Amino acid sequence: MSTPLNDGKTFALEGEDRTRFDALLAQYPTKRSAVMPALWIIQDRHGHVSDAAVTWLAGELELSEAKIREVLSFYFMYRETPQAEHVLQVCHNISCHIMGARTVLTHLEKKLGVRLGETTADGKFALEGVECLGACGMGPCMQVGKHLYEHLTPEKCDAVLESMRKGEPLRPDTDRELEA
Amino acid sequence: MSHEQYKILSKRFGRRDAHKLAVYEAEGGYAALRKALQQGREKVIEEVKEAGLRGRGGAGFPTGVKWGFVPKDAETVYFMVNADESEPGTFKDRFLMDYDPHLVLEGSIISSYAVRASLCVIYIRGEFGWLIDRMQAAVDEAYAKGYLGKDILGSGYDLQVIVHKGAGAYICGEETGLINSVTGRKGQPSIKPPFPAVQGFLDKPTVVNNVESVAAVPHIVTNGAAEYRKFGTEKSAGTKLFSVSGPVRNPGVHEIPLGLPFKEFFHDWLGGMADGEKLKAVIVGGSSVPVLTADEAMGIDLDYESCGAAGTMLGSGGMIIIPERCDMVELIQVLMHFYWDESCGQCTPCREGTGWLHKLVRKLRRGEGTAEDLALIEKVCEGMAGLTICPLSDAAVMPMRSFLQKFRSEFEALVAGEDQDGPQTRWAREYRS
Repeated sequence: MSTPLNDGKTFALEGEDRTRFDALLAQYPTKRSAVMPALWIIQDRHGHVSDAAVTWLAGELELSEAKIREVLSFYFMYRETPQAEHVLQVCHNISCHIMGARTVLTHLEKKLGVRLGETTADGKFALEGVECLGACGMGPCMQVGKHLYEHLTPEKCDAVLESMRKGEPLRPDTDRELEA
Repeated sequence: MSHEQYKILSKRFGRRDAHKLAVYEAEGGYAALRKALQQGREKVIEEVKEAGLRGRGGAGFPTGVKWGFVPKDAETVYFMVNADESEPGTFKDRFLMDYDPHLVLEGSIISSYAVRASLCVIYIRGEFGWLIDRMQAAVDEAYAKGYLGKDILGSGYDLQVIVHKGAGAYICGEETGLINSVTGRKGQPSIKPPFPAVQGFLDKPTVVNNVESVAAVPHIVTNGAAEYRKFGTEKSAGTKLFSVSGPVRNPGVHEIPLGLPFKEFFHDWLGGMADGEKLKAVIVGGSSVPVLTADEAMGIDLDYESCGAAGTMLGSGGMIIIPERCDMVELIQVLMHFYWDESCGQCTPCREGTGWLHKLVRKLRRGEGTAEDLALIEKVCEGMAGLTICPLSDAAVMPMRSFLQKFRSEFEALVAGEDQDGPQTRWAREYRS
């Protein structure tokens, strides 16, 4: 196995995260059943789940590290390494494909100067192709964080990239706060 | 518009304030829960059986019958709501949770009560990040109002609800995969029997129902089985949400009475094809069901029986409209990539078979295929169908076989070495994520 089991750093959830973690343990019927939500708390804060975090979580839940890694590696959305600032996940499944996902992907590749699956040199953008995001009638679509951008066109992609580059507030289509 | 009368699940879709408890209550929300708790669980189960409600996740198994499988003497029972909605083409549950989270929650509470569950887990796919917040907010509101927690509305019934976030695995939409995922394991399905209703989460009886199924429960409790049966057919009762994608005039989620002729749905509800597009084929119920040619589709009614008779399935209602301009081999390559990517790797026929199918189709599209490869695709399919723990293997075989059978000339054209220099050649060569 090429990944070192211990990267030498220590890890612990603190403050609000620790409170959320403790609440999970009270809510879930077994410690093991809290593995997925615990990994989410770690990843939401740190952007990925490090080796040190795995060691820490295994200790807290009294499970072997293998049982944590089993979950971490099986699910696509958990990340074991630091990620780009903006991970653009474009759906390449059938409905979005029919509506032009490859035009969008090709455009983003050109704009970002990377190929699908790569990250820009400045670490700002990563471009990924992902499976169905559940926005089939609003395709092509892409996921960024916990939100979706729908009805994508090259022009709309340019506007989104521009906002991200300038650090402006983002306006994804699924952000209901914006509608209120 | 006359289509309004069918809106039982979708009446609040598109309204900005519909997710708030105050709005839901003002429109009669949680009255069904009150009624259910007063009537008792036997009456609820009986009414849902009588209504003929069938599982809306894809399998179409009668919901009330599934509830009846829970052993009567079980001390601990769990209820899980399958909101993993990951079948390509399907996005109906997303609308329910987005616009009517309290309807989903009320249905979940009544269903949990019916099967005597003490814990209800709402398993939402990780890609629906904003919906996790949406459902959690509804759950918090319900706790504050006494619709959840201890002694719900003075009935003596206690229920706890957990909103559980998935993390990107198609297989967790399979009920035993979902249960294993909540347990804190890989989401690999378990062999049945034992069925989850007898031995599921933490080895206790566990009922898993789709979001749309539980959302139909409050209406049935409030208005009765006879009223529910006002729409639909004898065996396919009630209304169903269809999520429609592809180049039609009105894509999106439509609630229709089951038994509606596809032809009528296509012309009157979807408005036909968008400008400049021509209908080529239809996938009726999510990417896993056999494809229909345009002619075949025009002859079916949208109910479980008619779809079955036409050699396909109603499935999840994730309808994908395929236009004439699409290359069917290219589309099946997209789908085979998906099933190969999502196979959990547990059963050999699926783990190896999905990889073989993906590679064979890619080989064809690279212009390297031979006539023997077409025969080999059929042989690989034979070695996959019905031979695995869960239906993912079949879910790959059904589109593969039907695409090859019904659009064979497009596959044969590639073997003959034509059609090689399209703009998509790069994708054909490299396609993988």
